[in-house]
Parts: sequence; C-alpha cells; structure tokens
Amino acid sequence: MTREYNLKRADFIFRNENDWEHILSRTLKKDRRELINELISSELKGRGGAGFPTGLKWKLTSESEAPQKYVICNADEGEPGTFKDREILMKVPFKVLTAMAICAYITGANNGFIYLRGEYKFLQHDLQKAIDEFIYYCNDINFKFSIDIFMGSGAYICGEETALMESMEGFRGEPRNKPPFPTGQGYNRMPTVINNVETLAHTYTIFKHGAKKFYDLGVQFSRGTKLFSVSGDTPKPGIYELELGMSLSDFVNDFGDGDTKAVQVGGASGFLVPRKKFSETNIGYKGKLTGISLPTGGSMMLFNSTRSMYNVLDNYLEFFREESCGQCTPCRVGCQQLHMGIKAVKQGQKPASYLEKLLKLTETMQYTAKCGLGQSVANSFSSIVENFREEMIY
Amino acid sequence: MAKKINITINGVVYEANSGETILEAARNAGINIPTLCYHKDLCVAGNCRVCIVEIAGQSRLAASCATPCHENMEVYTNTLKVRTARKHIIELLLSEHNADCTRCYKNGNCELQNLAAEYKIMSEDLIPLAAYKNYSIDMFSPSIIKDDSRCIRCQRCVRTCSELQGVNALTVAYKGDQMKISTFFEKSMNEIVCTNCGQCVIHCPTGALIEKNYIEEVWEAIADPDKHVVVQTAPAVRIGLGEELGLQPGTRVTGKMVAALKSLGFDSVLDTDFTADLTIMEEGSELLNRLKKVLVDKDDNFKLPMFTSCSPGWIKYIEHMYPDMLQHLSSCKSPQQMFGALAKTYYAKARKLDPEKIVSVSVMPCTAKKFEANRPEMHDSGFRDVDLVITTRELAIMIKQAGIDFPKLNELKYDRIMGVSTGASVIFGATGGVMEAALRTAYELVTGREIPFENLDITPVRGMKGVREASVIIDNPLAEWKFLDGVEIKCAVAHGLINAKKVVEAVKNKDAEYHFIEIMACPGGCLGGGGQPIPTNSEIRDKRAQAIYEEDANLPIRKSHENTEIIKIYNEFLEKPLGERSHHLLHTFYVERKRH
Ligand SMILES: Cc1cc2nc3c(=O)[nH]c(=O)nc-3n(C[C@H](O)[C@H](O)[C@H](O)COP(=O)(O)O)c2cc1C
Ligand code: SF4
Ligand code: SF4
Ligand code: SF4
Ligand code: SF4
Ligand code: FES
Repeated sequence: MTREYNLKRADFIFRNENDWEHILSRTLKKDRRELINELISSELKGRGGAGFPTGLKWKLTSESEAPQKYVICNADEGEPGTFKDREILMKVPFKVLTAMAICAYITGANNGFIYLRGEYKFLQHDLQKAIDEFIYYCNDINFKFSIDIFMGSGAYICGEETALMESMEGFRGEPRNKPPFPTGQGYNRMPTVINNVETLAHTYTIFKHGAKKFYDLGVQFSRGTKLFSVSGDTPKPGIYELELGMSLSDFVNDFGDGDTKAVQVGGASGFLVPRKKFSETNIGYKGKLTGISLPTGGSMMLFNSTRSMYNVLDNYLEFFREESCGQCTPCRVGCQQLHMGIKAVKQGQKPASYLEKLLKLTETMQYTAKCGLGQSVANSFSSIVENFREEMIY
Repeated sequence: MAKKINITINGVVYEANSGETILEAARNAGINIPTLCYHKDLCVAGNCRVCIVEIAGQSRLAASCATPCHENMEVYTNTLKVRTARKHIIELLLSEHNADCTRCYKNGNCELQNLAAEYKIMSEDLIPLAAYKNYSIDMFSPSIIKDDSRCIRCQRCVRTCSELQGVNALTVAYKGDQMKISTFFEKSMNEIVCTNCGQCVIHCPTGALIEKNYIEEVWEAIADPDKHVVVQTAPAVRIGLGEELGLQPGTRVTGKMVAALKSLGFDSVLDTDFTADLTIMEEGSELLNRLKKVLVDKDDNFKLPMFTSCSPGWIKYIEHMYPDMLQHLSSCKSPQQMFGALAKTYYAKARKLDPEKIVSVSVMPCTAKKFEANRPEMHDSGFRDVDLVITTRELAIMIKQAGIDFPKLNELKYDRIMGVSTGASVIFGATGGVMEAALRTAYELVTGREIPFENLDITPVRGMKGVREASVIIDNPLAEWKFLDGVEIKCAVAHGLINAKKVVEAVKNKDAEYHFIEIMACPGGCLGGGGQPIPTNSEIRDKRAQAIYEEDANLPIRKSHENTEIIKIYNEFLEKPLGERSHHLLHTFYVERKRH
C-alpha cells in the first residue's frame, strides 16, 4: 500500500514553552487596539464549533459598555470521543490562563471562569493550583483578574454557550434566544467572551509568535492548525495537531486501516463523508471547502466496511434524542421522530419513501431549531441517509 | 419615546418602534403570526417555534416573538418555506400529543387545536409518539387537573408560576424526549406549594392544565327535588362572564347573569357581595381593634400590619412561605366562606329551611376557592359550608349547555335575603377594592364623616401597579377613637404573589411600616383570577377593571355599612362586628404548611 504523507503536522499547542510570565507581562504592556488587530489579522476562528472569528468576538465585547464583563473558557467538552481540551488543560494550563488574562485586558473584563465538564473533576485540583499560581503572578504585576472554576452539570447541551451561562446562573441549562449574543449580553446579562479551550490556546501562539506565523499555516478561510481527535477504525487513535485545509483522502491515507468506508467529520453533529467523496472534501471552515464545516471538537471518526451505517445513525439519533435540552419543538420531537422513523423503515413498518419525509423534516429542524444542537442534526442525518440509503432500508 | 424604524413585511413598508420584536411589529401592522409559547403577560421563551418567519438574507428562519426588528429589515411571514416549516412543527406537536379533542375539556378553546384547524393537518404521517409515553393525569388537587398528555411544553405555566406568582411550584424536569413539566419530586399538585391560584390554568394554551370542574355535581343538585340549591356569585364574575358568551371584555352582565342562573334552576340566586360588605364590617372592626391593642394597650398578641385574608391563594401562599407571619393575617373568612356559613344558619332560619337540605354553590373567578371550600375547618354551620365551587368558565359552560341565548336575556335582580350589594363590595373584584371599601367604612366609623375623596373614589389605591401605597390621616375622630387623632394610617396594596412577596419581605425586614395591607393572589385581583375567561392579558384586565368601577359608580349604596341587609343581619342575628356569633361563623384560623 502506498501512502503519501501530505498531512502537515504541527506542534504549537502542546509544546511546553514555560514562558507564560514573560508573554503575559509583555502583552499587557501593548496597546489594546493593536492586540485586537493582531488577533483579527491571524484569522483565527473558534475551535469549539461555530467557527466565529475570535478577533471579532473580542472586539465586539471590548466595545460593549457595561459595568462588568466576563471571560469564560468553555471546557465542557461533551462530544463523545473527544478529549483534546482535557489534554490542553492537563499539559499546558498556563497558556489558557494567560490567554484569558490577555482577553480580559483587551475587553475590560475583571473576572474569568473555566466551565469544566463534570466528568473532569479529577482535573480540578491541579487546575486550581495552576490558577492560584497564575493569579499570584497577576497580583505581582498589578493586573487585577480572578479565575474561578465552575463545575459543569453533566449535560451535553451545557456546552452550548448560552445554556452554559444559564447553568452558571443557577438555572436549567437551556439555550437562550439569539440575539442578544454573549458579546453584548452574556453571563449575568453582561458582555462576555466565551471561547473554547483550544481557541484560547491558539491565541497564546498568536500573541507569542505574531499573527503572521499563524496565518501562514492552513489555507484561505481556514488559517492555522487544529487539534483532531482521531478515533474509530484506525491503527493510531489519538490527538493530532494538523494544519487546516487538508484533503480527506490524505487524512484517510495517513490514519485509515486500508478499508475506510466513510469518515464522520465533526462528531454526531458533523457530516459523514463516504469514500467516493474523500478526494473532493477538504477539512476546514465553510467558504472554500465543499460542504464541510468543523463542528465541536474536531472529532474524526473512521469507519471500515464492517460497520453498519444504520447503526451509526441510530446511535447518533439516540444521542440527540436524549441530549436535546427538550425545550424547542423541532429538536425535541424531531429527534424522536427521526430515531423512530429510521427504525420503522428498517423494520418495514414505513415505506422507503418515508426517508424523504424525514429528510424534509431535518430541513425544518435546521431552519427552525433554537440552537446548534437541533440545527445540526440534519448534517449527519442527511449525509448518512443520502449516501447509504440501501443500508437504511435493507 | 421609542425611536421609529422602517421594516418591510411581505413587501410593504411599515413603521415600527425600535426594540420591538418582529411579532409585535407585524401584529401592529395587522398581520397575524401564529404563536404558542408567547404570552403577553410573560417573558419571551421562544421555544415552540411556530412563530417563525423568513428574513431576507438569512437561510435560517427566525422566531418572530424573540427577534428584534432592525431598520430596513425585510421580513416574510407567509412564504412556502415558512408554511412548510410551520406545518411540520404543528405536525410534530400533534405527534407527541394525546389529540383526542372530543374528549378534551379545552375542545373549542385551545390554541393548539385552533392552529391545527387553521393549517388543516388532515393526515398523520408521523409516528404517533403519545402511545409510547407514560403520560399521567394528576387529579388529586381539588382545584386543578394536570394532564401531561395534552402538554406542548411551552413552559407558559412555569413562567407564570415563577414570574407572576413567585411560587415556582412548576418546573421543567428531565431533558430530551423525557422533558416534561413537573413539580417538586413529581408530587401531586395537592401535595406541593401550589396555591391553587389557577394562573397557570389561564395561561396554558391547551388542555394540560385545567380547573377541576363540578358542573355535573351542580346539575345533579339542581335536579334533586329534595334539595334547595342556593348560588352565590362573586363580584368579579359579573364583569367576566360575558366574555365566555360572546360579549366584549368589560361588559357588565349582572342582571343577565342573575336571569341565567334562575333559568338554570337554582332555587335562590344570591350575591357574594353581601358577605363582601360583611367582610368589611368585620375586617374593618378587627383593624380598629388591632390598632387599639397595639398602639394603646401595647398588647404583643396583636400584630400590625394586618393583611387581608379574602384571597385563598394568598392564604395558602403565606401558610407555606411565611408561616411565622400568620398572626398578621386578618382572622376574617373570605366572603365566599362567610356566605357559606350563613347560608346554612341565618338564611336557613329566615327561609325556614332544613340546612341539611341546602346545597350551597358558589360561582367564583377563582380556582383556589375550590380548595378553600374543601378545607376541613370550613364546617362552622355544622355542615360543609360551601358544597360546590364553580368558576366563571364553568358557569358559562352550563349556560351554553342549557341552550340559553345569553345576550338576549332580560335582566333580573338578585333574590333576598343575602342578595343586596353595594359599590363597596363590587370593587372587591379589582385589586385595591377591599382597601378602598374598608377605608370608606372605617374612616366613617372613626370620624362620623365620609372619607375626604371626591365621589368616594380613593384613586391612589386603584390601578394596576404591582404595589401601591396610600395613607389617610385621621382628623378629629369620635370620642371612642380619640387615640387615633392625627394618626396617619398607612396602607399598601399588592396583587400577583410576586408582588405580595415584595411587600411581605419589606414588612419582615422592617423596610416599610404599614398598618393595613391588601393582598390578592392574582394579577389585577379577582377580575384576573384563575377561574376567569381565557385569554387574559393586561388590556383585558384593564377593561374588566373599568367595568367594575362603573358598576360601583352606578350603585345607589356605595358603602358597606349602609347596606340595608348588613344593618339587618347585625340587628337580627349577629348583634355586632366581632361579636360571639361572628366569631364562630365568620372568622377562622390558619395552619403552617411545608415550604415545598
Ligand atoms: C450542543 C452544543 C454543544 C457544544 N458544546 C461545546 C463544548 O463542549 N465546548 C465548546 O468549546 N463549545 C461547545 N459548543 C460551542 C459553543 O456554543 C460556543 O460556540 C463556543 O464555546 C465558542 O467558542 P469558540 O468561538 O472558541 O469556538 C457547543 C455548541 C452546541 C450547539
Ligand atoms: S435545538 Fe434542541 S438543544 Fe437546542 S434549544 Fe432546541 S431543544 Fe434545546
Ligand atoms: S389540548 Fe387542544 S389539541 Fe389537545 S386534545 Fe385538547 S383540544 Fe385537542
Ligand atoms: S402545561 Fe400548558 S402551559 Fe404548561 S407547558 Fe404544558 S401546555 Fe404549556
Ligand atoms: S395554581 Fe398558581 S401556584 Fe399553583 S402551579 Fe399554578 S400558578 Fe403556580
Ligand atoms: S411563539 Fe415564538 S417561539 Fe413560540
């Protein structure tokens, strides 16, 4: 078997540089506007799912006027099979803390929070120690900032930024209506920057090495590197930092077991790409690339020919059916209908044409659901049903 | 002043106020967009998604109830995309729903049903999910039935109970397909902090929360030749009933209502207004007595401020939430219960009836009154004082069942005895009314002069502000009340339990000093009660309030102590306010309840 090594690996995130004190004090002396422009010119986009430009997010928050502002690090990492955020917090916590402080400096926030996934309780002790050391240093250099850990409540939906804020405020973790967006009204209805752990870690790279270094990696619309959690039928599961913009066939050549039938890009809320579309699919943000976005986590799951795509979809739908917060009609009832619907087709209680009705239904879910969860069920559903229709029926 | 902006809806440019939602702008422009989770009384939830519209330049549809307008926004409310999605959403709701409308109490007055009818959902493509769910019906409360199989999870009830009432008896439990509206540990409605106010019932769009109805029991009593069935009607019923029978909000239908009740076959049609006046006599005297005990005798057993006690939702609330404040409650029963106790004593004697054969029915704007009549201590006549309580809505159903053409009825007068009302008792139906009536009487008792407000209209206690304050300085009182000379009597009025909470907290924390506080559990007072016609909102409540004050202004007697039947009952039966018989029949006690 021939392999082309076209994947560009990188090592920024986990490189332990031990220079955070220097980077922090140096950056806090710079002009806020310059820093924002630096971040904007890096074209870093959020690594937590929605891919919102990070520089713009910080800029909007810095421009919102309010008596109080917050920085939140989203470490809820709920996507099954992903644990890259956990690795970052374990290995290079100071990069994240430094990024939060710089964000606070730029936006005018005084308080930071790390919303830590409930299952990561074992991280809490060490993370708190790092925070204590970090805040001690902040005090030393006369920078007023606090960071508190908030333990998550264990629901997948609490990773959605506004549900996360509701949960921090002591309410049920239900996503809010948007607008208003967190940059204007976030935690406690005050302007809030919320970023994924990895996004914050990348800003550290940018503030250390400059925007150009980051921008030069990747491709148009998808700059820099990204951590991928590789799992499924692969001889080498794990976390890999790769340059964005790679083609899926290159990826499969590197990580597949020689019999890869399909790859689920972006976890349950992402897309399933069948073998025949590997070469035309690039991994990156919308804009340049064919139909593929990069939702939560950067999860890449490989399936070989022994896998039933019906079972894969059944699993995803069961997951959504249970993990939907349940507040909005299209998602709460839609997920139940999709889940029971494919079963009914499989068991012959509904005709194969019922799949078309369900595909239309997922369109409605995509257009009308209140948050990203319900909106993105259509991704896996339609990509699996359209590409593996026979497996759904027989 | 809100800034004006231009917004294009379906191709036509309209002016809208900035900050307004698309839904508000469209409705102001005369374009209807269907809604389910939206309610004017409540904060926006944006969870049902039926109000979706298309915004030019966006591929996703927007929930119009939750999306603010922007200058030059281009909105479409009726494109194929919108219609398809909306139909899907209605289909989804119905698939999860036990939609056998013919067996549903809300058949004919249900927002989901209306929507299904509008969109002509004729086929059932989707899988009926209701069959797979273990839906349960909670019928244990004497006031409210909760049927989860009719629930669309719009959370209007949850928001009502928390935003309007501050009780939080209802919450959302579980997530995903299991998500439901629940109570503390999924206990029954009669085992929790629920006050039975029924606000959730009038804010629920479907048949998931309804009053427990006693219509058949009333028909049976009427049909029983051995029974003498008396009916009393609360002040707020006469200004609400018409709405359920095709008339505009704010229509006064007192005479027609009396005629309808007679035609239904009640043996005697009487007025709760009579005992509202009696409440004023008893409660007013109790207040003056407390003032003397506290201000002159310094007697610790008496507490000020004194809270009114005629709203049973409020009573249950304070019993749960502030059991340490129970001594502040007036010991007066509510007018309904005073009436019940007298119906089987005073009335029975005067009409030479065997009290055992009297069935005492009351028509109330309130679901909490059902619970109140069911309280074990309400047996002072020797029998259950009030046998059956029906709401304004249930009465309307009976009138329809009887085939009565309500608008065409000739007006009739209440029977005697216990059928004379005054303006003072009519205004019991509006927030501030008890206070106003009490001040009219108490001031006159103490000074011998009318209260110095033009036309007796004590306007500071009127209106719909959540908490209102007023004070009256007692000037030159009669000899017996010399200790009140120059004293400023400070009063407060609150409606909606969320506002009651504010006042009680202020009293507890000594942030405010009052002598007398009127509290009504429901927004607007009884006129906005949980047994009143559906829908409800602030405009409708304003119209009902206006009708109440018109009724007051048009009555020949406007002060409780001048009610001829009140004078008579004290002469012939009760002797004097707070006398021994009053104490036995008209006053009560309260119990401490758990906080959950
Ligand atoms: C259902 C759902 C779950 C999510 N879970 C996470 C999560 O676990 N971690 C995360 O960083 N973002 C998660 N997100 C995305 C966040 O809402 C938000 O976009 C992100 O935290 C913003 O940070 P970023 O701009 O750095 O990506 C989730 C979104 C949805 C809709
Ligand atoms: S889309 Fe699903 S998870 Fe999101 S708000 Fe609606 S029900 Fe909740
Ligand atoms: S709640 Fe409405 S839609 Fe449901 S069964 Fe009752 S009337 Fe029909
Ligand atoms: S009980 Fe009624 S108000 Fe409450 S969520 Fe269900 S349908 Fe809505
Ligand atoms: S009756 Fe009143 S207190 Fe009880 S649940 Fe409904 S709104 Fe809450
Ligand atoms: S009415 Fe707008 S989402 Fe329910």
